[in-house]
Amino acid sequence: MTMAPARPASIPAAAPAHPSAPRPPRWTDAHVTVAMRSKRHRRRLVNGLMVGLVTLAALLAVLPLIVILGHLVALGGRSVQWHFFTSLPRPVGEVGGGMANAIVGTLILVGLASAIGLPVGIGAGLYLAEHAGTWLATVTRFLSDVLNGLPSIVMGIFAWQFLVRPLGHFSTWAGSVALAAMMIPQVARTTEEIVRTVPVSLREAALALGYARWRTSLSIVLRTASAGIVTGALVAIARIAGETAPLLFTAFGNQFWSTSLNQPIAALPLQIFTYAVSPYDDWHAQAWAGALVLIGLILLISLIARLATRHRFAGPGGD
Amino acid sequence: MTSTTIERPGRTGGPGTGPPASTSARRGRFRVRITGSAIGDRVYGAAVTAFAICVPLLLLLIAIEIASAGWPAFRRFGFSFLTSSAWDPVKGTFGAAPAIYGTLVSSLLALLLATPLALGVAVFLSEFAPRAIRQPVAFLVDLLAAIPSVVYGLWGIFVLVPVLRSPVMPFLRDTLHLGGIPLFSGPAYGPSMLAAGVILAIMILPYISSVSREVLLAVPRSQREAALALGATRWETISGAVIPFAKSGIIGGIILGLGRALGETMAVTMLIGNRPQISASLFAPGYTMASLIANEFSEASGDLHLSALMAVGFTLFVITLIVNGIARWLVWQVSRSAGGRAG
Repeated sequence: MTMAPARPASIPAAAPAHPSAPRPPRWTDAHVTVAMRSKRHRRRLVNGLMVGLVTLAALLAVLPLIVILGHLVALGGRSVQWHFFTSLPRPVGEVGGGMANAIVGTLILVGLASAIGLPVGIGAGLYLAEHAGTWLATVTRFLSDVLNGLPSIVMGIFAWQFLVRPLGHFSTWAGSVALAAMMIPQVARTTEEIVRTVPVSLREAALALGYARWRTSLSIVLRTASAGIVTGALVAIARIAGETAPLLFTAFGNQFWSTSLNQPIAALPLQIFTYAVSPYDDWHAQAWAGALVLIGLILLISLIARLATRHRFAGPGGD
Repeated sequence: MTSTTIERPGRTGGPGTGPPASTSARRGRFRVRITGSAIGDRVYGAAVTAFAICVPLLLLLIAIEIASAGWPAFRRFGFSFLTSSAWDPVKGTFGAAPAIYGTLVSSLLALLLATPLALGVAVFLSEFAPRAIRQPVAFLVDLLAAIPSVVYGLWGIFVLVPVLRSPVMPFLRDTLHLGGIPLFSGPAYGPSMLAAGVILAIMILPYISSVSREVLLAVPRSQREAALALGATRWETISGAVIPFAKSGIIGGIILGLGRALGETMAVTMLIGNRPQISASLFAPGYTMASLIANEFSEASGDLHLSALMAVGFTLFVITLIVNGIARWLVWQVSRSAGGRAG
């Protein structure tokens, strides 16, 4: 890329400036040769082309989302009726039936996973923010990121080996542990980033007033950061709510009503998977309906998370 | 909202703050206060440290559990477990080569499709987009990451695969005469490596684009202004001054996307056809490590089969560990040199 075109021959090379010497002629359009003009044209053309391509890329990237959501609404909307939320799955051939057990199952699994994962994640995040320089913080931060990128199926077989195999049966516990293991690193990292935005002056003010360090951390720093932490937690919850792979060999799924923590339990993503790969049209329709409900649930959680973030920026929490 | 909660303890004294300060002032303030809060501080510090240690411990536990479960298969087949392509549960011979091959090919295909698009979006959003549409477009692209894998799989089975089988594959093979290349030869199966690659590309697009966007936004303004002042067009500014500055961060984002693609399970399981074979054609079914585990784990025929699947899981674990480690390191490098705005 040449940004300054070479000086054409018609312009004399800069002479050592003498006060009385005539000034070299200034650049005018007269000096722009045909070759330069065509080059300038080409550069403008390339510029316009690339701007067009980049805009096209943005359009293309949004397209799949619109197409997928459109299909979900078109194909799933028909089957999402009241009984979908209230009745149990029916055998093939019977009309109706719903996913009440799977919806409740997902709520139980996600609730239990949050109960395990959120305290650990937030605690680890507080450590990362308050002891930023220590080797444990560096190691934990790096391993959180690595753990965050681990495939969800690996979490699934881990939980199977850790809980299902020794106990001898699938259970809600095992599914929740697998989901919690996915939450912890994500929540830890977002908590760390939010807590770091709390001004040091707030912490110093609290300490100067005689607050103990632990009370400063919990009732001043954590409270100031709470909106952001809630957002981070909701984002993590939205992510695990749609996970299937960690549940395949842990929660396992259940066609019947069960809320026991020691029994296999149904989950919305598992049910969608089972129905989608089945050969029956009735079940395919149910799968689309389930997917629509699942997406609705996840978008709802994401929306609440976004609203919570807006609050954070409205407040004086930033630095 | 937050300001009142912050100021309340300071202004009113609060029930918890007043008494200790006044009583301690009477009897030698410092010693009393330090001993009084030391227990709380110690408990708090220990608790938070314990939570932090949970993360490395968890990773270690995962590694040990899966490695020990996969050990019998590794011991039985040795290194040939990774190179042999004989995966036959009935005969009891297990080689993970088809799954490793499928994982790599489908992920690379996804990267090939997603990277130009993701970079285009990132450049559009950081350089060209009008303020009014910047946020909405970024939100919509990021929303792709919120769609669960199983929903991608469902959409893939009923929408993407039929489209690929009837117009797309014959078009590539016959109309464009690409059938001579092994990649595009053979009968057009619906569930195939191509289907898996396309769905993976859509799934990793938001990851690559959001990291690239943040890295591009972290490039200092002066970098752009200098190039524009020299007479560069906007595209020349981007390609000559902005992208080189952000290069390693963008590469980090791409590798992060690769990490996602390597481990993606449900959508791939539903679309790749699940056949343990190595075929040069993208139109043929295949297997990935993740889909192999998802598909066969609950029906494993014996201890050796189970152990072989665990060994596949451990291989996947190690590969993603390395890929993610490299990616994070690259992104960190950039955010550190650019003043910590990205990442």
